[in-house]
Amino acid sequence: MCMRRLALAGALALTTVAYAADLGRELPHTPLGKPLTAANVPTIWPDGRGLPAGQGGVVAGERLYAERCQSCHGERGTGGSGGHLAGRSALAGPNPDRTVANYWPYAATVFDYIRRAMPPAAPWSLTADETYALTAYVLHLGGVVPADAVLDARSLVAVRMPNRDGFVPSSEAREAGVR
Amino acid sequence: MLSLMTARDGNGLLSRRHFVAGGAGLLVATPAALAGLDLPPGMTRPGGGFGVYGQPSPHEKHTARAIAANRDLPGNGVSWTPLQDLEGIITPSGLHFERHHGGVPAIDPAQHRLGLHGRVGKPLTWTVAELLRYPRVTRQLFIECGGNSNSLWNAEPRQTSAGAMHGLASCSEWTGVPLRLLLEEAGAEKGATWLIAEGADAGGLHLSIPMKKAMDDCMLALWQNGERLRPEQGYPMRLVVPGWEGVTHVKWLHRLELASEPAMSRFETGRYTDLLPSGKARQFSFVIEPKSVITSPSPGQLLRDKGVYQISGLAWSGRGAVKKVEVSADGGKTWVQAALDGPVQRQCFTRFRIAWQWRGQAALLKSRVTDDTGASQPERSALVAERGRHGEFQFNGIVCWAVDEDGEVSHVYA
Ligand code: HEC
Repeated sequence: MCMRRLALAGALALTTVAYAADLGRELPHTPLGKPLTAANVPTIWPDGRGLPAGQGGVVAGERLYAERCQSCHGERGTGGSGGHLAGRSALAGPNPDRTVANYWPYAATVFDYIRRAMPPAAPWSLTADETYALTAYVLHLGGVVPADAVLDARSLVAVRMPNRDGFVPSSEAREAGVR
Repeated sequence: MLSLMTARDGNGLLSRRHFVAGGAGLLVATPAALAGLDLPPGMTRPGGGFGVYGQPSPHEKHTARAIAANRDLPGNGVSWTPLQDLEGIITPSGLHFERHHGGVPAIDPAQHRLGLHGRVGKPLTWTVAELLRYPRVTRQLFIECGGNSNSLWNAEPRQTSAGAMHGLASCSEWTGVPLRLLLEEAGAEKGATWLIAEGADAGGLHLSIPMKKAMDDCMLALWQNGERLRPEQGYPMRLVVPGWEGVTHVKWLHRLELASEPAMSRFETGRYTDLLPSGKARQFSFVIEPKSVITSPSPGQLLRDKGVYQISGLAWSGRGAVKKVEVSADGGKTWVQAALDGPVQRQCFTRFRIAWQWRGQAALLKSRVTDDTGASQPERSALVAERGRHGEFQFNGIVCWAVDEDGEVSHVYA
């Protein structure tokens, strides 16, 4: 295949100027990718695919939060250097709260973000149970789940975020199937 | 000469015609060559030696990025390109803006791998050395953070340099592998409509990009301005997504996943979405709309004496190429077309210039770009009327600098 392409490129060079930045043109090369066998994919999808086994609730989350999160997010998520996590002021009002509970469309994203990014000094250090517990607590701070809630993969995805329908996709996203 | 220079345009702007007429008279006589033996000191003693990597003159130390970082997390924040101190269109690599959420990872290229999996025929992985054997392309492209200029959503105009307001935009020559080649090698499945790109940084920033764009003109960039990427620009590799919001240009790229939907990560839901007055938010607002800013004169600079000043600035559009830039010195009542430095390239900074006669009068300087799709920059007031003040992202309104009778330049809403 590559020989044929090389020959073609040679012929072209004789007759026309080829601009390298024309990304659509033939680019002869040897494919060098090696088979990938990685099984652990970190992506968590909005429908819950990718969420690990485990569970955790608001009560456990409150304890973990005081130890590992409060220094930057304040007591009960009222704020600090990491910003506030509680707060439900109307999105159409004068001081809209773009907090997790008030703004984010999917509960699975909360689990995903806490697991991969928090606490910032040690991302990926929380266990699945701890992450479920902290997710439950953060959602509880915004009044989205009750004080006795315990979350696992199934119940987390069942949480309907208040702003689930608050987003208007761009034409590029609509073209790619987002409604 | 003076009478020729008297501008008839709004408030002193000199169109090309005036320029030509006044051209000869504008030349300042060069100082007489060598009066006596008053030699510059460098001529009378040997100069310094060589350096393995050249540095700017010590007299240019002020040409530096302004930094704003989280007080508990020095790696979470931004640094702005000092647009007001730069010329031409290429941002020196060391002055390219930074926006990191988890700091700059120290990556050994020998250990780094790029993986491509998900809805593909063959999941694949590459070493950096393997990627260096692929065909390369080079393009000069701007990158602008979606949060650039966000202080202009505020009720009061911020008083700081042009760079510290609008410098989350930079322009480089990027060289790398067309992403399409890697996607074709793995064989995208039919339903693969989105590409999820993830960085190898703390927090693993990940973003979803429609496959159409990924196949069209995206690049796996390995070089910036002729040298390998700087660590803070994604070393050893980053995604370049021409004309789209900066956050899509994922740095320290280590994983690509094809899917039939976006991942709905924090950075495409909770952040980088543009809240509207209705309470709804625009999501996946990828394309950078036409924008321009006058970099000289700009706030913090002072016009010391009356005379002709060279107004200069930058214009760009994620939709295509800059078609024209107009400049106003009277707050937008009248506009005069500026000259553009060529060649004008798509999704690239374009430098505009126009001469301006300052007679000591108060003036309101504005620039307005129109791109080759016909899209143009709205007045700030119109943008705010449409989008409210809580959008945070995607500000592309017209910017206004006020010059007062003392020659001081400040930022105003007008
Ligand atoms: C050292 C300070 C610090 C600590 C400790 C910390 N965070 Fe954060 N957190 C931040 C910062 C800073 C951000 C914003 C990051 C950004 O935007 O890049 C953030 C963002 C978040 C967000 C997203 C908020 C939003 O509105 O987008 C959540 C949720 C969160 N943190 C949860 C936690 C949890 C749970 C813990 C404890 C395990 C924790 N954080 C510990 C600093 C911290």
